[in-house]
Amino acid sequence: MIPPPFEYLRPKTIPDAIALLQQHGEAAKILSGGQSLIPMMKVRLAKPECLVDINQIEGLQYIEEDNGYLKIGGLTREADIELSELVRTKYPILFDTVTLIADPQVRNLATIGGNLAHGDPANDHPATMLALDAEVVAVGPEGERTIPVKDFFLSVLTTALKHGEILTEIRVPIPPPGSAGAYVKLERKVGDFATVGVAAQLTLSADRICQQAGIGLTNVGSTPLKATRAEDFLRGKSVDEANVLQAAQLAAQAAEPISDLRGPAEYKSAMVKELTKRALTRARERVVL
Amino acid sequence: MPKRNSIRVKVNGQTREAEVEPRLLLVHFIRDVLGLTGTHVGCDTTNCGACTVLLDGRAIKSCTAFAVQADGREIRTVEGVASNGKLHALQEGFKEEHGLQCGFCTPGMIMSACALLERNPHPTEEEIRWGISGNLCRCTGYQNIVKAVQYAANKLA
Repeated sequence: MIPPPFEYLRPKTIPDAIALLQQHGEAAKILSGGQSLIPMMKVRLAKPECLVDINQIEGLQYIEEDNGYLKIGGLTREADIELSELVRTKYPILFDTVTLIADPQVRNLATIGGNLAHGDPANDHPATMLALDAEVVAVGPEGERTIPVKDFFLSVLTTALKHGEILTEIRVPIPPPGSAGAYVKLERKVGDFATVGVAAQLTLSADRICQQAGIGLTNVGSTPLKATRAEDFLRGKSVDEANVLQAAQLAAQAAEPISDLRGPAEYKSAMVKELTKRALTRARERVVL
Repeated sequence: MPKRNSIRVKVNGQTREAEVEPRLLLVHFIRDVLGLTGTHVGCDTTNCGACTVLLDGRAIKSCTAFAVQADGREIRTVEGVASNGKLHALQEGFKEEHGLQCGFCTPGMIMSACALLERNPHPTEEEIRWGISGNLCRCTGYQNIVKAVQYAANKLA
């Protein structure tokens, strides 16, 4: 399967990339890892007339803690997040997420920035970033701005990014002590998109009362979803089996799945409940007080 | 005549130059322009991994990249795995352990395994299975492929 002809440009700096995107207008698309975009181009669901390949831009691949945030450069490859000792030991929810994205080859090229900017509700990072209350940094013709992830996903394949903006960084507020999270994904086979995915992040007080809860849902709506009613329910309560079940029920009610080749909508909703239960339980078990 | 870009790619140690359309997939560049047909087009949908090659040492699916992206970079295909006519330990392993039947997935398996062993010379069975989890095989049930990689890891140790 072959895309229609397009022009290919490979700027070396962010200002050059922005200028090219403006020059070519809406017909131009950013090429990051390409692991979502290129398959779409091959079946001609996406037909950009111009690709602006940002892979040669330096300074966009990093994973570091700074000033109260875990900061990850937008061009950071999923494989490098998988190999990061910091992520594996301190942010298991993120390690869970990244290891469940596609397969090793795809992860070698795919970028976390692209995973978010593509706006596909089936991608895995969005739910986790919703659970973590993360922000993204966008750099464009009008300068730099920060967008909370909860305001980022507008509809299928549509994010709050304006044309000409590049997602340069993801910022996760470093969770306070007593926090942990988990990402659980139901898939037909290894490497598949989620039938259902649930990210859960908890902060517990010393007496194990939930101070903060974040729950994100993958592939059960036209955007990734934040299960706010489930989150609100857990706040101030103990994360025991009964409350977990209640929260899972509320999360399932927040889901808006469609019936498709991965299963009927009712099945997916039931799986949201089950996976929320598992994600919350695993998150709670990981909390060290 | 659609516009072409000049690219210069190091392929199995040799510099190759060509004028290609941006939309030329890397796998088609490798097979049709360079004539290296060891790399296979299987599913064409980024699933099966039969098209796996190494780009700057990292395993990628060449059906999901454009040749122009490889400009100025280095790729290794299955044709570049043996050296001086001597089989790589992995190739020997696939032979000794019957790691293939039809052989269609094999070049992709070898490239993924190559990248795995270069990063992790002593993988556990689980790590091997994880390392080739982007490569599908319809014939073998993977058992002998895993043994082939273990054979190579032991030989290279």
